[in-house]
Amino acid sequence: MKLYDEEQALITGLANHDTNAIEKIYRENYSTIQSFIVKNNGYPDDARDIFQEAMIILFEKSKSESFELTCQIKTYLYSVCRRLWLKKLQRESRYNPAIDTVLETVTVEDEIELHEKKNSDLGIMEDALSKIGEPCKSLLEAFYIQKKTMPEIAELFAYTNADNAKNQKYKCMVRLKKIFFSQYKNTNGNE
Amino acid sequence: MEMNENVLFDAIERYRNGEMGPEEKALFEELRRKNPEIDQVAAENSFMLTELDRISQIKKFKRLLNEVENKLENEEVISERNKKTGAKIIYLWNRYRRTIAVAAAIAVLVSISTATFFSVVSENKKAAALTPLVNNKLVQFERKLNQIEHKLNDAAAEPVKPQFEANFMATGFLLDGKGYIITNAHVVNNAKNLIVENKKGVQYSAKSIYNNPLNDLAILQITDTSFKKVTNLPYTFPKTSFDLAEPIYTLGYPREEIVYGQGYLSAQSGYFGDTTSYQISISVNPGNSGGPVLTRNGEIIGIISSKETKADGVVFAVKSESIYSAIEAVKKGQNINIKLPSSNSLKGLDRVQQIKKIDDYVYKVKGN
Repeated sequence: MKLYDEEQALITGLANHDTNAIEKIYRENYSTIQSFIVKNNGYPDDARDIFQEAMIILFEKSKSESFELTCQIKTYLYSVCRRLWLKKLQRESRYNPAIDTVLETVTVEDEIELHEKKNSDLGIMEDALSKIGEPCKSLLEAFYIQKKTMPEIAELFAYTNADNAKNQKYKCMVRLKKIFFSQYKNTNGNE
Repeated sequence: MEMNENVLFDAIERYRNGEMGPEEKALFEELRRKNPEIDQVAAENSFMLTELDRISQIKKFKRLLNEVENKLENEEVISERNKKTGAKIIYLWNRYRRTIAVAAAIAVLVSISTATFFSVVSENKKAAALTPLVNNKLVQFERKLNQIEHKLNDAAAEPVKPQFEANFMATGFLLDGKGYIITNAHVVNNAKNLIVENKKGVQYSAKSIYNNPLNDLAILQITDTSFKKVTNLPYTFPKTSFDLAEPIYTLGYPREEIVYGQGYLSAQSGYFGDTTSYQISISVNPGNSGGPVLTRNGEIIGIISSKETKADGVVFAVKSESIYSAIEAVKKGQNINIKLPSSNSLKGLDRVQQIKKIDDYVYKVKGN
């Protein structure tokens, strides 16, 4: 029970952007993941990427209301990293030295598939953002990604007032929407 | 029209952010229900806003991850990025390379009998492209050749056991004359069946009693009752570390026949500063994995495990120190007491004499 509480506290910490929780998870898990990846045809840098991806999956999970910890964080991260790495090796058709299972694993295939679909959508959005041109790109990023307020943005972009900025933002959103959905429908079909 | 849509965009955003009062909210929901077009725009915009929000969340979270990684990099808990040299390591075991072994077996036969196989040898590049069916035939053929070879090599041949349908081959050697063999974890990894075979071709079934991918060591136990205990293994396993340029040599099975190679110790640490390994300079090939690294005094200082792909002769060997902890683990976990040889009878002998005393204890490790 105590272990469970500790782990649950780490998950809550993740959801609240607590760097202490992140650090603890790194200290307890990173080296296992790195040796697994290096021993399976990867570089330490690959381990950094894979571990970050797994942390993002865990982070997004921790924020969903329905989330409940069904196994140890260690087991979960190892399972996710192992799966992500296997997929990467397959995708790049790199020599795959019969991946071994050191620790127990849990089924994460569906979650990873969903995560990859979400990442692909996100990639389309980032691509669309890069294509709308300035000042739209900076304006939308300031508002939606850096979460600046309209008055702040008006000042930053030298609009006479927040309403002007808002109007400009609307025009940019129309542009973004057009580019985003044309690409999105190309990728996902027209359902 | 444009103005209307502007208002709509704004409403969607406020609705999504929970910024609407109850009345406005109800009104807006009613509007969506009654106007499929508005509902469609609302759904699309909501989707976009969710995407943008996710980008924002992930960016923010990644910043935190990088912050933590930087801290841990400074403490050397994790290694620095961008050390990538373009090289990577490969394990030195033979897998799915039957044709190489076939070619080697054929070459042996050619040298001892007739020249009729010559064309086969010169065409062994083609053999690699043969279909699996033909490959099976080659495997059977190889088995026969091996049997002939063993009979020729060893007139008092012990009965040759039914050969094993192996799909990988590497090296291992005795730690303890009672039948404990050390090799690499990546060699026996996932193997269903394991056998070890000495240089005379006598095979013994074996099982893995220790397998640790973290130090890349595995210990096998010979389970065959026909195995006769060996006393006085000639080599020792020093705990001390060795100096750069120390001359070293190895014995292993990159092919069916035992092969000798020599080199020197080139660094105190292995791949990416791994302190549990040495870097050595030696010419090795797939199949050498699990082979002993010996000094001129016949001390085993490491076990060959991998080499870098893009640099010639950059080979990594697990330090012998790790064997001690592996033996401890076996003792604790399975109550098996493995005793390493305590006295060295190779010191002072010349290399040829040393090899003659060692090569009986270096085994092929095969399995599937």
